[in-house]
Amino acid sequence: MAHRTGLIDRRSVLAGAGAAFASPAIVRAQEKTLKIAILLPRSGFFAQAGQSCHRGALASAKVLADLGYNVELTHVDTESNGDVARTQAEKAINDGAGAIVGAFESGHTLAIAQVCEQRKVPLVINVAAAPQITQQGYQYLVRNFPTGGMLVTNGLKLVNDVARAANVEFKTAAFLHANDTFGTAQRAAMDAIFPKLGMPFQLIESIAYDPKAQDLSVEVTKLRSINPDLLLIVTRAGDAIKLTRDMVRQKFEPKAIMSPGSPGLYDEEFFQAVGPYADYFIYNLPWANPKAQMTRALEASFKATSPKNRFDLDSFNAGFTFEALLVAADAFKRAGTTDGPTLMKAIKATNIADHVMIGGPIAFTDRGDNVNIASASVENLKQTPTVVFPADAAAAKPVLPMPSWQGRT
Amino acid sequence: MSDLLAALPARGKIALALVVAALVSAPLLVDRYVLSILLLALFGAYLGQAWNILMGFCGLLSLGHALYLGLGAYASAALYVKFGIGPWAGAFAAIALGVAAAAAIGWLGFRFRIEGVYFSLLTIAFAEFARIGFDNLPWLGGAAGFFLPVRAEEAGHWHNLRGGPIFFYYLALAMAAGALVLSTTLRASKLGHAFLAIREDAQAARALGVNVTRVRFVALFISAAMTALGGVFIAFWTNNLFPAQIFDMSRSIDIILAPIIGGVGTLFGPIVGAFLLVPLGEALTEALREFGLNAPGAKALVYGFLLMGIITATPSGLWPWLARKLGLMEKQP
Amino acid sequence: MSFSLYVEVLIQGVLTGLVYGLMALGLSVIFGVVRVVNFAHGEFAVLAMYAAFILFGLFHLDPIVASLPIAAAFFVVGYMLQRTVVQPFVTRPQHEQFILLVGLSIVIVNALLLTFGPESKHTDLSYSFDSYSLGAVLVDKARVYGAAAALVVTTALFAFFRYTLTGAAIRAAADNLTGAAVVGLDVKRLYAISFGVGLACVGAAGSIMMALTDMTPMLGPSLTLLAFTIVIVGGLGSMAGALFGGMLIGVAEALASVIASPSIKSMVSFSLLVLVLALRPQGLFGKAEA
Repeated sequence: MAHRTGLIDRRSVLAGAGAAFASPAIVRAQEKTLKIAILLPRSGFFAQAGQSCHRGALASAKVLADLGYNVELTHVDTESNGDVARTQAEKAINDGAGAIVGAFESGHTLAIAQVCEQRKVPLVINVAAAPQITQQGYQYLVRNFPTGGMLVTNGLKLVNDVARAANVEFKTAAFLHANDTFGTAQRAAMDAIFPKLGMPFQLIESIAYDPKAQDLSVEVTKLRSINPDLLLIVTRAGDAIKLTRDMVRQKFEPKAIMSPGSPGLYDEEFFQAVGPYADYFIYNLPWANPKAQMTRALEASFKATSPKNRFDLDSFNAGFTFEALLVAADAFKRAGTTDGPTLMKAIKATNIADHVMIGGPIAFTDRGDNVNIASASVENLKQTPTVVFPADAAAAKPVLPMPSWQGRT
Repeated sequence: MSDLLAALPARGKIALALVVAALVSAPLLVDRYVLSILLLALFGAYLGQAWNILMGFCGLLSLGHALYLGLGAYASAALYVKFGIGPWAGAFAAIALGVAAAAAIGWLGFRFRIEGVYFSLLTIAFAEFARIGFDNLPWLGGAAGFFLPVRAEEAGHWHNLRGGPIFFYYLALAMAAGALVLSTTLRASKLGHAFLAIREDAQAARALGVNVTRVRFVALFISAAMTALGGVFIAFWTNNLFPAQIFDMSRSIDIILAPIIGGVGTLFGPIVGAFLLVPLGEALTEALREFGLNAPGAKALVYGFLLMGIITATPSGLWPWLARKLGLMEKQP
Repeated sequence: MSFSLYVEVLIQGVLTGLVYGLMALGLSVIFGVVRVVNFAHGEFAVLAMYAAFILFGLFHLDPIVASLPIAAAFFVVGYMLQRTVVQPFVTRPQHEQFILLVGLSIVIVNALLLTFGPESKHTDLSYSFDSYSLGAVLVDKARVYGAAAALVVTTALFAFFRYTLTGAAIRAAADNLTGAAVVGLDVKRLYAISFGVGLACVGAAGSIMMALTDMTPMLGPSLTLLAFTIVIVGGLGSMAGALFGGMLIGVAEALASVIASPSIKSMVSFSLLVLVLALRPQGLFGKAEA
């Protein structure tokens, strides 16, 4: 047995022997620095999103230090695998992590949540939309990210606001979404919320597509036959490219294409792939407030850590990853200890007025949700994501209806 | 149990006793991280043994065992959440559903003589079919996932499979040990001899009067039932189910890597394989981090090369080779 | 739902199916001769897509044109691979071959991830966004070119098997291995050539796909599954079967998307697969085994 465990990890065996399950809280309480482990799916199926969040984490270190927070960040790859997420969470806590940030994917996040709950170490979720995460009864997690329902509610309201601002009227809409965890949660929210909001247009059809589809040409053909004024979409990073290419090829031109909060439309790869055709897509989702001071600081740091990126910031992924770290760091500063229960109490009492994302102060409900997260309308203009609503954060006016695909260069 | 002991030489019995003692006392000796790895290895060993009964004993290569795992998990979780029926009763439903799916596959496979690689692809097709089906089943959450409640007051309700990692560790240990005893008993039984006869030469077995179809069905049912039971474990251990994860092809591949690397058709192969591969993954992560080479994907790259290397170097798996070296050879029944 | 909608969807299904058919053809050739199931097939397609991406970046070479040099390079890769890594496994059980090729697929995916990162890659072609219009029916150019190229490659391959000595020898070895060895054919060399030809197919197909869509390292497994489905439906070892299977799956999935929901379209292919396995296990175009 001894040599077998030795093969696994001799140090952790030695460290663990005898002290088996005693929490090393006493040791930690004397530390001046909070170790935060950031668990993200940087390889495997979710690698694109995981690495995007990772760039945000890399940029965060300097900003947090400049703000006077004493935190030490370690970066862990969950390999897009729930089992790895679980063991790596155990490992990170063994190695002294006083808080964990992650984990982009809902299933992985819950695997980590379980470990954190048992070991009384706070988990601050950066991205994960499944509403059930905060409904399962976990005490040691908070989520600074909107649920599917919040995204859809805010997103649909913004559809109206933007349409009014641009003086455009929609009569009909179709909803196209990926049939994955995120897309289906959005669909459920859409089915529940749409009838209640009294939207001025009719939702004719909702279409779910296979997230493993190689192309979306048939889906677009189907949309063309419905011919809605407004196309609502929830895509994934790569899908937005396929969708756009097929819409251009098939000359499908609704008055507007809007997303009530989904990835894909603001990623650099989208602009790279479809160039001018990326313009005039509108997505209503939480966004880094370009006018906030902390956003500028994060942008400056982002430039240094990810110099190859064309944008100042991966506003969505990087913004939320930074804020999750900020929540943990801020709570540590107030609590003055890395002791789990005390730190968690401080996290639940979070009230951060100045931060990055648009919306009210960061604060959590009893369950651990932040209901102050607002959405902004962001439109791709000149191949750059540009906030167009609400007015106080807007950098430009919305362009609607969408100009034709033809003649764009 | 007696069959298990009979299959081992004296040195083997001592080694087995030592390993069992070490595993039983592990929660007192190692920390939670190591324990979580041991748990994964034990559970992998359990699933590997379940698969091994079909492949190793009977020669049917299933590449879609995630099907039974997922069905078992969803059946027990749905009964618990929707109807308040506990996991013990749920386990029966899980097994029933797993066996029903196996019956459908078996009927198609054996009735229409779908053999060899075709049978393997049939199993993949069923698993993928279930994945997409559950993705589109709103009653159980569809692709958005299905969740079990994890309230604090439920902790300690071990009779409802609500417990901490030590509880699930011992559960996995019991399941792996149970599977070993079952495999041994099976192999020493008359049925076991029929299995092996079919694996070696189905035609000849038929000529000797073995009802090949019936025996294959039995192997398939046992394997599916055990895997479905593993699904119950996953459902109550992780408390959340996503079709894209539990029915995924990669899950089926994970299940069969350990028994093949360890030694198909042997009793201890699946266990040795799981206790090699799971820690190997962790060791690679650590080693690469130590050398500063932990770029995303590097670990899997090395892991892939090692898989190719191991399977090239030890044709019938590690355990037969290891057993020879250590003088722990299993006696053939 | 108008008539033109169905026409359009049918055309899309056929054109896409031809390209996937070429990819599946590679799987079919390898299995038909070497009797090894290439579980890394989709990963090789993705590898070819990256090769096309690089050639486009360096020389601005159209991926459809690049399918020729990439097919040639993949032939060499396949030849070497069979000679060195796969050959010892030819006589070994199927599950061991499976592990070898699964290991290989893990290596390919992660080598690509390490080298190119997880973001999807694409090629900027003059016709990427263009389409032909026939009345109300729109057909995109990339797909037409891709399908035409796939047909050309398949025809060339057909000629190779039909009219060259090596091709005839491979067919002989596929039909009767012992017989081929007895008459003095170098079976190992034929295996290597077959593996090479199989990878040349998938190399050409992958390169062509680069003109149609974009790719990430994670695309492999679903392409492997797709190739399997096509080959089983068409008939393992049958060249016409692979192409026809590709078109059939393409059309079936397209129609399922229109009539039911796009999210369940793969269920239709898997149902087809099960149906064919039960009713005609040798595939629609396969020869019944004696």
